[in-house]
Parts: sequence; C-alpha cells; structure tokens
Amino acid sequence: MFACLHAVGPLPSADELIALAEEYSPFFEVTGADTVVLDMEGTERLMGSPAEVGTAWTTRLPGLQVAFAAAPDVAIQAALRFRGLTIVPAGEEAQWLAPLEVERLPLTAEMMETLHSWGIRTYAQFAALPEIGIATRFGQEGVHLQRIARGECPRPLIPWRPHLVFQRKEELEHPIDLLEPLLFVINRWLQEICDGLRQASLATNELHLTLALEGGARDERITRLPVPMSAAVPLLKLIHLDLDAHPPAAAITGIQIEAVPVTPQRLQTGLFLPQAPEPAKLELTLKRIAKFVGDDYVGTPEIPDTHRPGAFRLVLRQGFVNEPAEGGAPPLSLALRIFRPPLAAEVVVCEGAPSAVSTPGIRGRITHWSGPWRTAGDWWRSDAWNREEWDVEVSTQGLYRIYFDRDSNRWFVEGRYD
Amino acid sequence: MAASPQLSALLHFQQRPKTTVSTGIGPFDAIAGGLPCGAITEIYGAASSGRTSLMLGLLAASSRRGEVCALVDASDSLDPSCSAAAGVRLENLVWVRCRGDAGHAFKAADLLLHGGGFGLVVLDLCDVPRRILQKVPLSYWYRFRRAVEDTPTSLVVVSTEPQSKSCATLLLEARNRRVDLAGAPGFHLLRGVDLEFASKKPVNQRTANLRAESTSARTA
Repeated sequence: MFACLHAVGPLPSADELIALAEEYSPFFEVTGADTVVLDMEGTERLMGSPAEVGTAWTTRLPGLQVAFAAAPDVAIQAALRFRGLTIVPAGEEAQWLAPLEVERLPLTAEMMETLHSWGIRTYAQFAALPEIGIATRFGQEGVHLQRIARGECPRPLIPWRPHLVFQRKEELEHPIDLLEPLLFVINRWLQEICDGLRQASLATNELHLTLALEGGARDERITRLPVPMSAAVPLLKLIHLDLDAHPPAAAITGIQIEAVPVTPQRLQTGLFLPQAPEPAKLELTLKRIAKFVGDDYVGTPEIPDTHRPGAFRLVLRQGFVNEPAEGGAPPLSLALRIFRPPLAAEVVVCEGAPSAVSTPGIRGRITHWSGPWRTAGDWWRSDAWNREEWDVEVSTQGLYRIYFDRDSNRWFVEGRYD
Repeated sequence: MAASPQLSALLHFQQRPKTTVSTGIGPFDAIAGGLPCGAITEIYGAASSGRTSLMLGLLAASSRRGEVCALVDASDSLDPSCSAAAGVRLENLVWVRCRGDAGHAFKAADLLLHGGGFGLVVLDLCDVPRRILQKVPLSYWYRFRRAVEDTPTSLVVVSTEPQSKSCATLLLEARNRRVDLAGAPGFHLLRGVDLEFASKKPVNQRTANLRAESTSARTA
C-alpha cells in the first residue's frame, strides 16, 4: 500500500511534508515541492489502518489531500484530484481514475494535441485505446502513461535522501605557521569526512580547503580529482603536495574543509584487458611530478580543432581506454622533434630556395629541399600565423623543418625529423 | 669448481628469459623478438637517425593494445599531431615535459616506474647534452632496472649514445640510410626515410631495415 500526501496551498510546506513522511515510513519519494509518496507496506499494525492514518494526517495538516492505493502513481493521481482522504481499493483503480481529465497526465504538447484531435478527454477513454496503437504512435512513453491511466503501473519508489554536507570548519586557538601541525589537524578532519562519505556510500571528486590567515586574508584552494575517492590518505597527500608547492602567505587561524559528495566510480574490468595505473596512485604520482616540472607540464595531450602548427593542450584525464584498438599496427611514420621555442636562423636563399642555414648547433649547406608549403590562419587575431615551410637536409647534420615567417620576414628552424 | 650461491643467482638472473610483446613492427620483432617486458630497451643514434620514429611506433603499438604509456620528454620536443598521425592513442599517453632539465626527467621516470601500472615508459634523452648525461651515475640505471623487473612494464630509453650500459636487455643502434625526396628537378617531395636498426645487445649481427613514411598532409 502506498500513500500520497499532496499540499493544495502554500501550507503545509515541503519541509513539513517530508517531516511527516519521515515519521511514518523510512521509504518515501518526493515527486515535487508539494507531493510526497510513502511506502506504507507492513505499517498497518503499528500505525493503524489507512483510514485512521489518513484522518490523523488531514487533521494535523489542514489543506492536505491524502490518497492510499496499491500503486504509487495511482495514489499520486488520486491525491492530486480528490479532496480530503481517498482510499482506492485494490482492483478498482481504473474505475476511480476513469473520470479524471486526460490533461492531468504528464503528456507532451504534441501528445495532448493528438489526443484532443481524437476526442480523448478522460482517463477512461485514453485507457480504452489499443496498446499497440499507442506504442506505434507515442512510443514507450505513451504506453507508460496509458498504464497509469489504467491504474496498472507498479514501480519501486525512488527513495528520498537528505542533502548531505561533508564539511568541517573550526577556528584555531593559536595560529599555525608550520606545515606538519597543520596537516595533523587536516588529517583528523579528513578522516571524519571520509568516514561520513563511506557511510553514505559516497565519494568525493572535489575538495575545498579554505584557510583563514592572520591579518584577515583567506586562502582558498580547490583540489579536483580525476576519479572520486573516499580514502583519506591520498586526499591528505594531495593537500600536502599542494600546500608544499604553494604555501599560504601567513600563519593559519582557521580551517574549513568541504568535500563535494558524488557517487563512487564502479568499474567492471575484464580479465584479459591490459593493466592500468591505479587511479589514486597515478593522481599522486602526477601531482608529485607536477611539483617540480610545473602544473602545466604534465598530463595527457589533446589536439584542439585548429590548423595552427604545433597546437596542443595538456589535460588531466579521468580515465584511459583499455580496450584494444581495431585494425593492425600502423606503418612506421617519420617523427618530427619540435624545438620549443623555434630557433631563429640565418638562411641563404639561392634561386628561390634555401641553400644554407646557420643557427647555434645547426650550420651547413642544404643538400636537398622540399617546399615551400604556405600556411596561414587566424588572420583576425593578434597571434595569426603566416609562413612558408621547407623540409631541408643539411649536409651531415640531418633533416630539418625550417620556415620563413612572412609577417616578421625572419627564418626559423621549427624542428628536426628523426 | 662450483660457483658461489651469489654468483649462481646472478648468472641465473642474467640468463633468465625475458617476456616479450610483439610490437607489430615486423623487422623490429624479427631482430629483437619483440619488446622485452620488465626490462630496459635502449635505442640510440645520431640526429635524424630514426630513433624518435621507432619510439613513436612503440608508443603507438602499446597504446593501441589498450595499455597506458608514459613519455618523459627531457627536451620537450614531442609533436602531439605527429604522434597522433603515427597511430599513438593520445588519450592513453601521459606526457611529462621537462624543458631541458635532465634531473627532472630522471626523477619523473623514477616516480612513474615505481607508481606502476604502465605498459610502456619512455625516457627521451635525445637532445640532452652529453656532458650532463655523463654525470648520471650508473646506480640510476640499476634502480630503473630493479623498478621494472618482474613487472609487465617496458622501459625504453632513447638517446644519442648508449646510457644504461649493462642494465639494458636490448640495445639498438639507429642509422639513417637514405632520405627519399622524390619529384622533378626544382620540385621535391619528402616521401620518407629509410632506416636501419642494428642489434648491439644481444650481439647477433642482425639488422632491421625500416621505412618511416612522411605523414605530412603534403604527401597525401
């Protein structure tokens, strides 16, 4: 048996409805700001019959419409339509719902227009239509709505969960100016937050750390994780690395830690799939590397949608593709090693083609060349490019890509084929 | 005379067959039997000898098997577009750009190897000056060898001269045989480069002839 509570006016409020539902059942669904459905199965001996419970509710919260039915959607429809207390007997759902207007169903505008053009006005008329025709015309959504109109739509409730906040905030008695005692405090709170996350079967992928500094300033930092975690040790290590790399400007007088709760990642790995680094361990390793090479110099390369030569960006990925690629191994291709930044060069041009190049480390006669290949783009931006590229073989030194920048009238060595 | 237990253990370690994995690069697999897992492979050669082309070929093979790869780029010289054209699955690649600091490169490689889980870790030392590499103690290479042994990870070192000495299980020397520039006089097109890789360890006089095709859109 399911019960639906529907508030007709501004009172009772959504919080009052939820508080009432929590008193009577651990499983209830909040379908809107003014409607709550409860699973009342097995509560009759403890709470009383539906008539007794419904009377108690309507007396306690005037302006409440209550309906009891064997299916949650029938209870909702009855509570929305009928005033006071309604008890729909099992097996008589279709008769009770029959006179309701079809507009009460959550139909799309297109479906509503079609039904009106057919002369369908009530639940009974909609329920009498052939199911195959409804499926052909409106798809599975139409079939589901027709079953609601017939009172034949048993479904499990989507249990309501309170909005959980995983936060600790505290003012310190004495300012902390050393990393170790600060981490000691943070560790204790992180343990508590992670325990709370695990108890709620949640994890976090974003950790907000706010430090109140001496003098009134605040130091706010956000640690984003590529995969949700609920273990305190790697989170503490990540905070440690961050504080070590970017220490606060003054002693700390207050700390606030907040973890953004998310659903934990669940992966079904295959027995024969290649191994991959453990996400938490990889995140720590990359943070450790970023500490000495710089945050922007470690990650996974991505090629943006542009023709700009050498364009790329580094990102921290949330996962890798461990499925083998289709097709065989590609043939070996000629690699280009890029000089960052490109080397400014002196180039001797003879009969329209470069004949000698000179730059620190590369100096010699050009024995073979291929080009020029003109590329230009982004002319509307300040960093536009416009150049002529040549592939040249410098005697005894290798194969290089050089280019003539047409805007600055200068030659550069872009890289070496290797 | 019977060898001491320590010497026997060392000989057993040296003679222990390494697991190899096929790279799909036929001539390479023919001379090396595939890429050794849990061991150090070193590819060395002069500029434009094809070291980087083979490195990208190995990264492409590993990443396309679904493995996660790491490239420690001491001189920050990887071209992601070129790598993608070579077949490397960029989404399976972790790239560490060390901007010419060899010390950072060794430290990053050490962290990645000890982190574990990678199919292939490449340490690219091609443009690091010789005077800096000569200062790298041999103990680094022993440490790397210890880190990868008994794991499915392959460590590939790419450089101008051999670096890892006795720690490498496979040592290949790269040579550029011919640059293929085709076309009529006055207009040439870079088609590719013919390369040769000679096995220096194990010393078996085997060579692999490979061709690195130019993937530039100009030759399409």
